[in-house]
Amino acid sequence: MAEETTTPAIQLPDATKLVVSNSPHIRGNETISKVMVQVLLALLPAAIAAVWFFGLAALKVMVLCTVGCIAVEEIWNKCTKRATTWKDGSAAITGLLLAMNLSSGTPWWICILGCLLAIILGKQLFGGLGFNPFNPALVARVALLIGFPSLMTSWVAPTPGNLTVCDAMTGATPLGAQGEAVASLADLFSGNVGGCLGETSALALLLGGAFLIVRKLIKWQVPAAFIGTVVVISGLVHAINPEITQTPIYHVLAGGLLIGAFFMATDMVTSPMTAKGALIFGCGCGLITSVIRIWGGYPEGVSFSILFMNALTPLIDRYTIGKPFGYIRVKKEAA
Amino acid sequence: MSDKPRKFKGGVHPNDSKALSAAKAVQDAPLLDSYNVIVHQNIGAPPEVIVKKGDTVKKGDLLAKASGFVSVPLHAPTSGTVSALEKCPGPTCISVPSITITADGEDAWGDCMEPISDWQNADPAALKQRVADAGIVGMGGAGFPSHVKLSPNKPIDTLILNGAECEPYLTADHRLMLEEAEKVVLGAAILARILGLNGATIGVENNKPDAIEELNKIAGKYNVKVQGLRVNYPQGAEKQLIYALTGREVPIGGLPMDAGCVVQNVASAAAVTDAVINGRPLIERITTVTGEPLVNPGNWRFRLGTPISKALELAGGIKTQPAKLLLGGPMMGFAQNSLDVTVMKNTSGILLIPVETASQYTSEPCIRCGRCVEVCPMDILPATISQAVENERFDWSAQLNVMACIECGSCSYVCPSHRPLNQHFKRAKAEIAAARRKEQKK
Repeated sequence: MAEETTTPAIQLPDATKLVVSNSPHIRGNETISKVMVQVLLALLPAAIAAVWFFGLAALKVMVLCTVGCIAVEEIWNKCTKRATTWKDGSAAITGLLLAMNLSSGTPWWICILGCLLAIILGKQLFGGLGFNPFNPALVARVALLIGFPSLMTSWVAPTPGNLTVCDAMTGATPLGAQGEAVASLADLFSGNVGGCLGETSALALLLGGAFLIVRKLIKWQVPAAFIGTVVVISGLVHAINPEITQTPIYHVLAGGLLIGAFFMATDMVTSPMTAKGALIFGCGCGLITSVIRIWGGYPEGVSFSILFMNALTPLIDRYTIGKPFGYIRVKKEAA
Repeated sequence: MSDKPRKFKGGVHPNDSKALSAAKAVQDAPLLDSYNVIVHQNIGAPPEVIVKKGDTVKKGDLLAKASGFVSVPLHAPTSGTVSALEKCPGPTCISVPSITITADGEDAWGDCMEPISDWQNADPAALKQRVADAGIVGMGGAGFPSHVKLSPNKPIDTLILNGAECEPYLTADHRLMLEEAEKVVLGAAILARILGLNGATIGVENNKPDAIEELNKIAGKYNVKVQGLRVNYPQGAEKQLIYALTGREVPIGGLPMDAGCVVQNVASAAAVTDAVINGRPLIERITTVTGEPLVNPGNWRFRLGTPISKALELAGGIKTQPAKLLLGGPMMGFAQNSLDVTVMKNTSGILLIPVETASQYTSEPCIRCGRCVEVCPMDILPATISQAVENERFDWSAQLNVMACIECGSCSYVCPSHRPLNQHFKRAKAEIAAARRKEQKK
């Protein structure tokens, strides 16, 4: 007797396995680590440029700082019995940014000290990712600069394409010399000049910065306002008396302005959240940078300005709270 | 009204997943042996039950009458006997009173309301009464009584039908507009007459070109305009829709009438046509049954009181166990833990979310990336408010205008830290409301 083919029974969900939670029930696929990986990618051109101009010594500093920061963060997590966090990528970014702020001739122990300062003093003491008021890499840089001023301001001369050379020939920093240019604009643009690993090649930084803006990882208002303000102020001062300071284009290309404007000031955690706040923040950074560069004694305009504005971020956030949809515009209409 | 629809600020564009059911024509769900009609299906006061156990009812007979102005009556989905007045699982996972009708299989109409075929010359007040008597509510999901919206105490110059259907997965309104365009447009014309307006605008997202085309074929006849809208969530939110179509902003805490507008869902408009032209109360609705785990997603016309388990059976059951079962769409729908919940007037979708895409994440610290601020259609600061709530600073969250939040979930959708932003806002709103009540008592 042939059995009739039966249609399989209709299966219904097992109600006991259904999860009940609040809406929305679907989410975009963005994660913190994806954001951070993209920022690391944006730093890649600058990292490659650094190796090209300063050789494997630059790579050594970058690896040391990146691995160092991750290690310090994990050791801290272990000691304070916190969950592991290195996978979110923020420690790696801090490390790489720190390296970008050091010269290729930096001794290894300065690098490690920098990692400790950045991760513990700059980040974990405040509660870790998201809670630090200051950019951790900049905290480390400034702390090192104050502690070891001569080590931190002696630059290795570039040796483009020659990877193994690492003789510590020091030269004047382009902005340190008043009035006279120590490097050509072409060298400044390509990066063929002594300085920190990450601040020399304007080209590489612009590439990375463009990537960040296109991918909406940073607010364009920050670099635009930052660089714009420096250009305006240095342009005015230069026009009045060229003896006092360099041309605006020199101000943009030399020193840490570009890396500061695209990679340090734009740090999400320590900069304002709204577009309006970002504009104010960027202008503030530009103003302080200009003042320090033109009239100040330290060659540290960018770092100081960002740290100072970091401190103002909560205030800026507080006073740039906009009116929500349906608030004031309707009132105006009625009036 | 300009021809170019303005964009509302912010919003997100999730994968819409509408292809699962968009091409499936609406089918009538077969008659069941019994229906569990939940009594309270509208925002406002629950209707007052007027039947008792053992009563026989005909299809369309009154089961419960409106208990006040912001309340609507409830009607029998089929003919049969009232077999129980008990509690059954409700949409918020709490048991709620329901009326069980055991069907007699004849599905015979009772003495229904008289059709008003000459609606063009009918008294607007009588038409409005008809909308109230038919138990019509906002069928997009809110369930707000339609006749209340038709009684504005401010001057109205614009009637908008909401056919945006911006929630991913849902296609019920799409199919309705496509298959019953005349009913929708006619409903718009009747609603316009009630409001004393000459014409209306139907807003439809541009991802439903076939529906727009169908509506346009007859829209001119009734002086109704069909306006395509940018595909963006939450385009169907009342305030965003009004802004896109008129450029007006509904004030915070205000209603559409404060911007001179009345907004009705397209399905509600079709129900108005049924009530006025055919004399039929609201006893059924089109619902999308969908989700990747289903064998055969589609759109069905369900009687009120149809258990979800029956709907899922019609869709062929499941291939894989879903993570969540929702009433409504994935952005604003309500998660269920029972298959015995029944279709209500505002059940726009029955959705199964697969394990892979269900949002089950551990929340991480806010990295202040500002994405939530960028997408917030109400222009508030979700991240800051969320932190205020975490610190139990509800007064501060109120100052940050948490009350303006429409709970669309766009911020939660984009947050890379997977923070429970929407939950925080709901909590803040509840706490603030409680504090205000306390203040009033003093």
